[in-house]
Amino acid sequence: MEITVANISKSYNTVTALKDISFGVETGELFGLIGPDGAGKTTLFRILTTLLTPDNGVATVSGFDVVTNYKAIRNSVGYMPGRFSLYQDLTVEENLNFFATIFGTTIDANYDLVKDIYVQIEPFKNRRAGKLSGGMKQKLALSCALIHKPKVLFLDEPTTGVDPVSRKEFWDMLKRLQNKGMTILVSTPYMDEAALCDRIALIQDGRILEINTPKAITEHFPKPLYNIRANNMYLLITSLQKYQHTHSVFPFGEYVHYTDKRNTPDKTALSQYLKHLGLTEITIEKTKPTIEDSFMELAKK
Amino acid sequence: MKTDYVIQAENLTKLFGDFAAVNRISFHVKAGEIFGFLGANGAGKTTAMKMLIGISTPSSGRATVAGFDVYKETEAIKKNIGYMSQKFALYDDLTVKENISFYGGIYGLSKKAVKEKSHKLIEELNLQAVSNSLVGGLPLGWKQKLAFSVALLHDPKIVFLDEPTGGVDPITRRQFWEMIYKAAHKGTTIFVTTHYMDEAEYCDRVSIMVNGKIEALDTPKRLKAHYKTDTMNEVFLKLARG
Amino acid sequence: MKKFIGFVKKEFFHIYRDKRSLFILFGMPIAQILLFGFAITNEINHVDIAILDQSNDVTTKEIINNIAASKHFNIVDVLQDETAIETVFKKGKIKAVLQFENMFAKNITKEAQANVQILTDATDPNMANTISNYITSILKKQQQDINNGAFTPYQIIPQSRMVYNAELKSVYMFVPGVMTVILMLVSAMMTSISITREKEQGTMEILLVSPLKPYQVIAGKVFPYIFLSVINAMAIVLLSIFVFKVPVNGSLFFLALESVLFIITSLVLGILISTIAATQQTAMMISLMGLMLPTILLSGFIFPISSMPLPLQAISNIIPAKWFIVIVKGIMLKGIGLGFLLKETLILLAMTLIYLGISVKKYKIRLE
Repeated sequence: MEITVANISKSYNTVTALKDISFGVETGELFGLIGPDGAGKTTLFRILTTLLTPDNGVATVSGFDVVTNYKAIRNSVGYMPGRFSLYQDLTVEENLNFFATIFGTTIDANYDLVKDIYVQIEPFKNRRAGKLSGGMKQKLALSCALIHKPKVLFLDEPTTGVDPVSRKEFWDMLKRLQNKGMTILVSTPYMDEAALCDRIALIQDGRILEINTPKAITEHFPKPLYNIRANNMYLLITSLQKYQHTHSVFPFGEYVHYTDKRNTPDKTALSQYLKHLGLTEITIEKTKPTIEDSFMELAKK
Repeated sequence: MKTDYVIQAENLTKLFGDFAAVNRISFHVKAGEIFGFLGANGAGKTTAMKMLIGISTPSSGRATVAGFDVYKETEAIKKNIGYMSQKFALYDDLTVKENISFYGGIYGLSKKAVKEKSHKLIEELNLQAVSNSLVGGLPLGWKQKLAFSVALLHDPKIVFLDEPTGGVDPITRRQFWEMIYKAAHKGTTIFVTTHYMDEAEYCDRVSIMVNGKIEALDTPKRLKAHYKTDTMNEVFLKLARG
Repeated sequence: MKKFIGFVKKEFFHIYRDKRSLFILFGMPIAQILLFGFAITNEINHVDIAILDQSNDVTTKEIINNIAASKHFNIVDVLQDETAIETVFKKGKIKAVLQFENMFAKNITKEAQANVQILTDATDPNMANTISNYITSILKKQQQDINNGAFTPYQIIPQSRMVYNAELKSVYMFVPGVMTVILMLVSAMMTSISITREKEQGTMEILLVSPLKPYQVIAGKVFPYIFLSVINAMAIVLLSIFVFKVPVNGSLFFLALESVLFIITSLVLGILISTIAATQQTAMMISLMGLMLPTILLSGFIFPISSMPLPLQAISNIIPAKWFIVIVKGIMLKGIGLGFLLKETLILLAMTLIYLGISVKKYKIRLE
């Protein structure tokens, strides 16, 4: 185990940020912490990077305790906080140089590790970090976090506010880093990024809802899930909410995702019910649940 | 121009020096439609929206919002639209009730109207218990729902939403979209700018801006069929890569 | 060492690229010293006054001529009756009216006494006082001329001599003050802002999660400002010597040493502020309200401490600037050395150590 977390709790004044969190990350694993803003992701990251001390529980990184052995952890991990903490008034190259220097290394010494990423921003190396696009900032921040060849990489919401193209490129880079043997803990509010991790923890309100592989989590979805469409979205939702057999109903893009209280729902009866309420162009078809469906199902309890 | 369009833009352009932040965009939005206005950061979404809500004068082109001209009738536009952004929506240091009456006051609602609407709104959102608490202490999801309701307070013809649901949990997000559907159902036009592609899937029609131009404009379903993909995210990836 | 140099280099980039801090660092000191040196002064020159001469005789004419001849006053109006006095004051241009009584010359010779009234616009009390003093002294001189040769019994003739600033130049007073204010501003405000900026941008998080030790971060932050403050102190001293001809009677080297001590005191205060403040804005507010205002108002720079109410006098003792101003005045104007300034120096040193102790104790190795 590269990272272990056992019964960690943390409160700020009256607000509980983390409640009795436990999980472990294997060496070389790409582990995702998936949850909305305020779920406690950043607090957990700060505890693991020794920036905060937990109220209760024990956590270790590379075998070092996060409270008593914090100096050893600070020497060995790479950390990319949310909001890409860079020096906005320094150029791309100056930022990277600075972070290399404070970790007692140079860009040249570890260039092979950051090369993949850095070549993409190298054409702009004399541009100030503040003038970069979100995607380029993100790549620079990752380069800075990697420059000292850390064993463990902590990435707190690295893709928030970044356009889809850069997000995709970013995840490709993470896969390549993982192949080089790095352990990566990454957090994201985007449910669609969960599938790119080896294992994920779904987290909300400071509690872990489930930990597993993304595949296993969607396979554990307890009920058959249906895509339903009709001519009027609002009427469709309100009608389904009033239907006696409804277990859950959530708008989902151009569809409504519906689950029934019964194990084998009666599609014809449901269709009749909706028609009766004046809806037309009704389609009901079975669909595969996504991580987001699983998250909502788990969060509902 | 036909009158059942609540937003009409013809060759709308905004130049900053030589740089065309918005480059001759044309589109129409129907009454009661949920129109998604997508693009990456820096594609020109915000600049375009600022022209439509009357706080930035276009360099050239024509546009009307709620029937009013964006050059000459900006005051009339402002009275007929609602606006909500993720960054700024409500005052954290005012209570729920104070925020509602403040916005009611801005739009010239009578005291009585504000009182009635505020009562109704608090009931609909189930905020009775916190109606006298400071907004700053409320969960993000509640704030967003409240902000949206406040933007609708003066019964505007069009509501502009600027990246409204970033970061909220999936269930709250759905409740938010239910509210949007409800408003649209009642005839309010919804104009959503966002760079979250999954938010696009909820819209009736979407336009995608790349480098100041509208590169695609259709229903999500047809766009996905045209680009032969399953998600709007991939549509966007294909467009952005050219 | 490499880490330290890398850190200092980065700090210089920040300073060099931020137009605002460059201005505070180099524009402000020069602007302030010139402002205080040239514009803000207690001396009066070419003040507009009016005359109401109800006597209109040889003696009054002579007095009026003498006043008109002095560079301090311009006679811009001659009034005809008393009712005009209020009107000219209300117009605001005229700062004083000199009113001679009827039959002035005759009264002097016949009654050995004549009355003249000086009316001043006391909306600016300092100015009014000074004007009144200047006119009085012209009148006194006139009296001596009249008495010339005549015997006057029982006279006390005060002979005053202004030691250390014979011409009573206000710039002598302002140079030490301005130097203190600027060193305080540059050192305390700039360091506290620069540290809190890292907190705000989130870069402090990365610095904490790095092998850098807290003292390395602090030393790296403080070093550039020591360097810049010393340059500033030198610039101020040179400006005052060559532009305003303020003498440095004591040892320049000793002055430099004392300045470095005060710079360090201010830097430590800056660090202390940054441990309390979370944002640049708060750091700036605390620096301005908590350090700058007392430094300007309570240090004896502008208002003399001895004429303050007792509680304020007591407070002034905990203000480092008060002691530094005493030291600078002592070295520059009196030319004294450590022997006479030991108490002040030790107090500054003790303050520095106490603040440093608190800062080290309050400095956070984590985010809480």
